[in-house]
Amino acid sequence: MEHIRTPKVEQVRLLERFSNKSTSGTLHLTATHLIFVESNNAATTAAQEIWILHHHIASVEKLSLTTSGCPLVIQCRNFRVVHFVVQRERDCHDIYSSLLRLLRPVSYDELYAFSYNPKQNEQQREEGWQLIDLGAEFERMGVPCDRWQLTDVNRDYKICETYPRDLYVPITASKPIIVGSSKFRSKGRFPVLTYFYQEKKAAVCRCSQPLSGFSARCLEDESMLQAISKANHNSRFVYVMDTRPKLNAMANRAAGKGYENEDNYSNIRFQFVGIENIHVMRTSLQKLLEVVGSRFLSVNDYLLGLESCGWLRHVKAVVDAAIFLTKAVTVEGASVLVHCSDGWDRTAQVCSLGALLMDPYYRTIKGFMVLIEKDWISFGHKFADRCDQLDGDPKEVSPVFTQFLECVWQLTEQFPQAFEFSEWLLLQIHEHVHSCQYGNFLANNQRLREELQLGDRTHSLWAFLLREQQNYLNPAYCPTYADAHPVLEPSTLPCHFKFWRNMYHQFDRSMHPRQSVLKNVLTLKESNCQLEDTIKDLETRLQKHGISPPTPDPQASPRAQRILPTRPHSLILGAPLSRKEAQRQHEEEEEEEEEEEEEVGEEVTECCSDTERTVEGSSGTERKESYSDLQETYGAKAEPAVVSLEFGVARMTC
Amino acid sequence: MEFAELIKTPRVDGVVLRRPFLPTVEGTLCLTGHHLILSSRQDNTEELWLLHANIDAIEKRFVGSLGTIIVKCKDLRVIQLDIPGMEECLNIASSIEVLSTLDSVSLMYPLFYRPMFQVIEDGWKSFLPEDAFKDLESMTEEWRLSDVNKDYSVCSSYPPLVAVPKDVDDDTLRKAAAFRHGGRFPVLSYYHKKNGMVMMRSGQPLTGTNGRRCKEDEKLINATLRAGKRGYIIDTRTVSVAQQAKARGGGFESEANYPQWRRIHKAIERSSILQESLIKLVEACNDQSHSMDRWLSKLEASNWQTHVKEILTSACLAAQCIDREGASVLVHGTEGTDSTLQVTSLAQIILDPACRTIQGFQALVEREWLQAGHPFQQRCSQSAYSNSKPRCEAPVFLLFLDCVWQILRQFPCSFQFSQHFLVLLFEHTYASQFGTFMGNSASERSKLNLSQKTVSLWSWVNRPQEVERLSNPLYEANCLVIWPSVAPQSLLLWEGVFLRWKRSSRCLDEAYDEMVHIIQYNKELQNKVNNLRRQLAQLETEEPLLQTP
Repeated sequence: MEHIRTPKVEQVRLLERFSNKSTSGTLHLTATHLIFVESNNAATTAAQEIWILHHHIASVEKLSLTTSGCPLVIQCRNFRVVHFVVQRERDCHDIYSSLLRLLRPVSYDELYAFSYNPKQNEQQREEGWQLIDLGAEFERMGVPCDRWQLTDVNRDYKICETYPRDLYVPITASKPIIVGSSKFRSKGRFPVLTYFYQEKKAAVCRCSQPLSGFSARCLEDESMLQAISKANHNSRFVYVMDTRPKLNAMANRAAGKGYENEDNYSNIRFQFVGIENIHVMRTSLQKLLEVVGSRFLSVNDYLLGLESCGWLRHVKAVVDAAIFLTKAVTVEGASVLVHCSDGWDRTAQVCSLGALLMDPYYRTIKGFMVLIEKDWISFGHKFADRCDQLDGDPKEVSPVFTQFLECVWQLTEQFPQAFEFSEWLLLQIHEHVHSCQYGNFLANNQRLREELQLGDRTHSLWAFLLREQQNYLNPAYCPTYADAHPVLEPSTLPCHFKFWRNMYHQFDRSMHPRQSVLKNVLTLKESNCQLEDTIKDLETRLQKHGISPPTPDPQASPRAQRILPTRPHSLILGAPLSRKEAQRQHEEEEEEEEEEEEEVGEEVTECCSDTERTVEGSSGTERKESYSDLQETYGAKAEPAVVSLEFGVARMTC
Repeated sequence: MEFAELIKTPRVDGVVLRRPFLPTVEGTLCLTGHHLILSSRQDNTEELWLLHANIDAIEKRFVGSLGTIIVKCKDLRVIQLDIPGMEECLNIASSIEVLSTLDSVSLMYPLFYRPMFQVIEDGWKSFLPEDAFKDLESMTEEWRLSDVNKDYSVCSSYPPLVAVPKDVDDDTLRKAAAFRHGGRFPVLSYYHKKNGMVMMRSGQPLTGTNGRRCKEDEKLINATLRAGKRGYIIDTRTVSVAQQAKARGGGFESEANYPQWRRIHKAIERSSILQESLIKLVEACNDQSHSMDRWLSKLEASNWQTHVKEILTSACLAAQCIDREGASVLVHGTEGTDSTLQVTSLAQIILDPACRTIQGFQALVEREWLQAGHPFQQRCSQSAYSNSKPRCEAPVFLLFLDCVWQILRQFPCSFQFSQHFLVLLFEHTYASQFGTFMGNSASERSKLNLSQKTVSLWSWVNRPQEVERLSNPLYEANCLVIWPSVAPQSLLLWEGVFLRWKRSSRCLDEAYDEMVHIIQYNKELQNKVNNLRRQLAQLETEEPLLQTP
């Protein structure tokens, strides 16, 4: 590729982020990845490899020259930070300037999704895109029905180009009302249905702010809200949730925008929720990352930093808003209209999180994908702008979706049995929202996606995740939990919100528990399925000898379950089993007679790096360290006192 | 004195008990000498049995003739009792106040408690120093068991038997004891089998302002070094605190007199500061306001997590000196009964896999805390809610448990016990029916003749059903040294203690049960597979003809 000046630099040192240790190796620059391969000093262990997708790189910084070489610091959108030291300044500069160009693609065609090619045939690819069908999803909710209908006003994206083609509105909302209402709303985003709570026939609708200014009103818009209200016989009024702080909403009035005047709309209850805007969120996360990125961080600075960056406060505000929405719908049976300014950031957060609390379906793997597809992708959350996919306005970048994933994570922590998926799914989705490896999140809205023909030219992330869904299962998930708790009622006491270490320190190995309960239990659960099969098998063989099994198990799991996808290697899943355990497992594996079972055994002890490279993007390609390697990390990372201790030793040995 | 004199109203009907996340119970409240009991006298409803000793503070409120008593317990639970009738309420409140603050040891519940279970193994005899020494003898011959303290005359807080270097005689010990705070001369705390290095602990040396020295003390600790090797002294205080101690007759080992030792100062706070920290932390956890900033700033101001990090770091340092540097270590602070024990016991958790078993952990608590003279009675007589001014109270042991929990969380498969065991120990140090944590030292316990008059907690714990309840289903024996991360991001608030009563634990409990179920099911299946295989193998050897097609 023309932008790559130096494809390979040798003797590059990789400094560990929270210690004084380093490894040396070779840096490769390809059209899609920056790859660091550790020099193989010990023949027994595989060399560590780090693969970084260019799209994941948020910034590259060349620090001033030191005696050991020229430092290059790369910050990634998946919160990986790598610090290289390149011996020759010229090499460093070449890499630096190549990366600068590579990480700022100017057109969609340059994105990885268009060149990414997993071993898949055309039919599989197409099927991948058909996995999620929003029409079917609305049917699942019970829409269309006698009060809500599908409208074709936006079939050609004429009324609102950031909305999807298919929209659901009250039966009584005629086309002139829709058109009139859309003219009175920012970017034409008029009120439409996003979730229908069948039990109480209550609707969750979304839109953008009204162009009310100080006194303007719009009869069609008023009738639209009236229609939403009338479609629900449970409640005489409809809640209008403005998710912005009141001050921001008022300031918008000066620009001819604003919020609904309760005097003009009959039967509404207006409520501000006070979630801050994308700029505040961007700065907040930046501050958080600065705090947790500093070395030798004290507990007090950490906690003060958590407080002053405000991140957890914002996360709580979003969850609080979702709870308000949920209560209004499920307890009062009222319909709710949610909006912010444009109705594609905070509105998406609150609507999707609310639906997650109300409907157990969205807490399954498939359902969660549907939820993201509906409230985020189809309703036009500007992924391209917010995730900085193309070289664009840095003020448009904001971690709104990351924040949504974090809210979900906070809920999974409170309700460990309610979710079919583990946090690993959230991390994986986050990874690929930024990787631009799959077509799902490219561009800002459906209209653009159709123009780009993503369905024909790229692959779908959902297909990939569903194929690997074994890996994302939450072993504690209890499908019947939803019967007893259809609606989740989380506590929002501040002490229940935690710092999401596995997201923001995903790649900092010294921070994580060295053994993972999640991974262990998941492995055991899978092994239970295999054992059930083995038992069946052994029993049939015994039968041949004339011995019948005591009670044949009719519910033995299907054979297909045996072929498990490779377990992604991740630091948050803990270190690999200790050597002893690995050894034992290896022995067991050798005892196995059938080939199939051996494969499964290997998946635990060994890591198939080939699949990871193609499938995982930049994640999970670090070498599996043995337990004793991990042990090393403590000594170097310790307090200054320990450092002085090491000095002391050096002197003693002299 | 009779308890009856203290109980003004022994029973009240129509009392309503309110607890967070649990259904309210209406029933009869009874006060006995040691318990507050609330029973609805119906089947299937829980009875509340609360030890008076567990009550840290009470508050009274009145609305009309309905009185309310808020009972704040040492295990940090807060319950509310609505009592009809002002007089009854006042009587109950004042009785509870008196009964929960009785100072007299002879009235304490363990002396009255009779076990309702069969004692299989007497816990008082489970962890004798002689037995521990037998293990040591099998590894090394460089140490001996000295009975220099057999009548507690050399050091009142030491047990009668202590392990000391073989080459040092009892006279030297006596002289060294005179040079150490509280007579706590250096004794063996831990022997690292892997490289023969040791950890010792003591009180501070009494150097005073004019730099007094003691040849015997120097000889004693030098006797633990191999030829040409140097050791480390970990002083748990900062340099300035150690300096200030000189003015009060204490001090630290100078380089001049201890040239073979390198001194490292750490900053573990003194007990009074720790108590204040606990009070602030619990207050922060009980804050009902919904402000995130307020929560985080209160959590920060409590400094609790800082203490956890400081203690863990010091323990890691001690372990590092022994395992990595191959050096012996002496740990002390001022008295050698608090921060010293935190460091020596945690270092053993890190280094010694035996300490991570249920039995081994009991042995560790027995050896490094009870026998080593941690003054449990003084430290645990009040908890975070008490209104009276703290005297010697401090959550030293609770901090140790918190640190163990942090390591347990980072190595969830390396411990034979679950956090339930740690929570159980926390509860029993503050209020218990067992005699284990009574008194302040081995000598006090022996004077009270507790091993005859009370039941040991270990007798209760070491029954099969209790062992099973406390076991960690994920445990896989791991013989490695486990180095925890001490980064602030890796340290968490111990929810199992501090937020235990602040939320419904049902979801988490059920998830835990599910995990246990998966693990047990796996074992069952494994067994079944093995049986079937064996059966099949037998048949195949018996009937080889069937095998060939």
